[in-house]
Amino acid sequence: MKPAVALEYSGAPVGAPVYDLAHVSKTYARNAVVALEDVSLTLRKGSFTSVIGSSGCGKSTLLKIMAGLIPPTKGRVVLQGVPVTGPRRDIGMMFQQATLFPWKTAVENIVLPIEIRDGKAAAKKAVEKAHQLLDVVGLKGFENVYPNELSGGMAQRASICRMLITEPAVLLLDEPFSALDELSRDMMNMELQRICREQNATAFLVTHSIQEAVILSDEIVVMKPRPGRIAEIVEVDLPRPRTLDMMTTPKFGEIVDYIRGLLDKGEDM
Amino acid sequence: MTEFQTNSPGDFETVQDTVWKQEIAFIDAVPRWLAMSFVFVVFIGSWQLVTALELVSPIILPTPMETLNDMIFVGKNLLTGGYMLGALWITIQEVIYGFALAIAIGFSLGVLVGETAFGEKAVMPYLVAIDTMPKVAFAPLFVAWLGFGIESKVALAAFIATFPIVVGTAAGLHSADENARMLFKTMGASRMQTLIKMKLPTGLPQVFTGLKIGAVGVMAGAITGEFLGGGKGFGELIRVAASQLNTPRVFSLILYLSLVGLAVFAAVSWTQRKVVFWHKERVGAGDA
Repeated sequence: MKPAVALEYSGAPVGAPVYDLAHVSKTYARNAVVALEDVSLTLRKGSFTSVIGSSGCGKSTLLKIMAGLIPPTKGRVVLQGVPVTGPRRDIGMMFQQATLFPWKTAVENIVLPIEIRDGKAAAKKAVEKAHQLLDVVGLKGFENVYPNELSGGMAQRASICRMLITEPAVLLLDEPFSALDELSRDMMNMELQRICREQNATAFLVTHSIQEAVILSDEIVVMKPRPGRIAEIVEVDLPRPRTLDMMTTPKFGEIVDYIRGLLDKGEDM
Repeated sequence: MTEFQTNSPGDFETVQDTVWKQEIAFIDAVPRWLAMSFVFVVFIGSWQLVTALELVSPIILPTPMETLNDMIFVGKNLLTGGYMLGALWITIQEVIYGFALAIAIGFSLGVLVGETAFGEKAVMPYLVAIDTMPKVAFAPLFVAWLGFGIESKVALAAFIATFPIVVGTAAGLHSADENARMLFKTMGASRMQTLIKMKLPTGLPQVFTGLKIGAVGVMAGAITGEFLGGGKGFGELIRVAASQLNTPRVFSLILYLSLVGLAVFAAVSWTQRKVVFWHKERVGAGDA
C-alpha cells in the first residue's frame, strides 16, 4: 500500500522497533468478555519474542489482532510505521497445522500467497524462489510432491516456506510445532532459529511450552488470564546461537523456573 | 558349571527362531472376484431351486434360464437396432438431460446455500421442506405441465437428483477448517478467491458424494416418470411387459436398465478419481 514506508522499515537496522502495540484491549461484544486488557509491546527488528500463558490469557486474541484478522476495541497497532487495519502483505503466519492444500504440489502451495495477491503470472515467477526456500528448509527434491506424501515435520517445513515467500517483516507463529513429536519439535525449533537468523526475521511465537519459549526467545511475554494481560516481560540473556544442549545448563533451568513461578501466580488469580 | 541358575525350565539358548504362524481370517485370503462369484452362484442356485420346486407360480417368478433366454432376445433386439434400442435411447436421453439439469441447478443452489448467509437463512429451510416431500408424487404435475414427451421425465429425474447435489455442495463448502480460512484471510484473499481456490476444492469429495446419490436418483426419476407419464422409453416397455405378465421380459429389461445406471455411476466415479485425485475413498461400489 505504502511501499516507501515499508521499504524504509524493512531496511531498518537490527534492533529498531518494527511492530508496536500500545494499550491494546479487546472486549468481545458477544459475551462482554474482556479478552485482552492494556497490552503494550514492541517487537524489534530481528528479535524473537514468545508469548506464554495458560488458556484464556488472550494469546490467540493478541495474535489475531496482530495479524489484522480482528480489530482491537482500544489501543494502537502499528507495523512498519503503518497502522494495522486488516490482513497485511508484510505479515507471515503459521499455524499448528501445516494447512497445505492437497490438490497443490509443495511448490504450488508455497507460491499460493503470491498467486492470491498478484495472480498466476506472478506466482509462476516466484517458483524459482520457492525452490530456493525449499532448499533452505532441507526439502530439496520435494518440489513437486503432493502434501499427502509429506510427513508432519516436512509439511511444516513447507508451510514455513509459504510464510517466507512474501518476505514478511514479521512472522506470527501460532504453536507451529506443537502437533509434532518432541524430537522433531526440537529439531524444527533449531531450524526455525537458523532460518530467522538467515532471513533476519522478526518473530512472534505463541507457545504452551516454557522450554520452547526460553530456548528460542530474546524476550518472553508472560500473560495471565481473566482479563488477559501481561504479567511480566522476561528477557532471556542466553548467548546466540542457541543449541539444544543449553537446555541442560543451570541458567536455562533458572529462567524456566522463574517463568513457571510467574505462571503459577497467574493461575491463582 | 556356572554359579548362575535360571529358574525358568530349560536353557533359552537352545530355543531357535520364534517364528510362529499368525492366524489370518479365511475371508481375507479370498480374492474379491471369488467371493462375489460365490454370492452369485448361491443366488442363482436358490432362484433355480425355488422355481424347480415350483414354490411360486412361474408367472410370478420365471426360471433363471427363461430370464437368460429373454436377455439374449432383448440383447439381440438392442444390438440389431430394434425398437427396444429406440426405447433405451429415449431413457438414456432422459437420464443425461435430467442429470445435467440436476447438476446445474443443484450446484448453483448448493453454492447459494453453502456460501451466502442469505441462502442459508432464507432458502435452506424451503429446500429442506421440499426435500422431505415424496418427490415421485410430483410426477402427475410434471406431466400436466410438460406433457407426455421426454420433458416431463427429464423434469422428474432432475427434481429427484437435485437435492443430494445441493446438500453435498453445501456441506462441502462448510468443510474447510478454521486454519485454512484464517490462512486465506491473512493472505488477503477476496471472497471469490476463497471460494474458488479453497472452499470448493476442499469440498469436492462431498460434492461428488452428492453427485453419486443424484446419479442413482436420476435413473429412478426417469423410469418413474415413464411409468406414470407414458412415453416411448424403456419404462414403458417394462410397464407393458408387466401388464402382459411377461415376467422374464420385465426381469431382463430391468437388468439392461441397471447397466445404464451403472454406467452413469461409473462415469461419476471415474471423474471423481481424476478430479479429486488427492482424496482416496474407501467405501462405495464402483470405486474398487
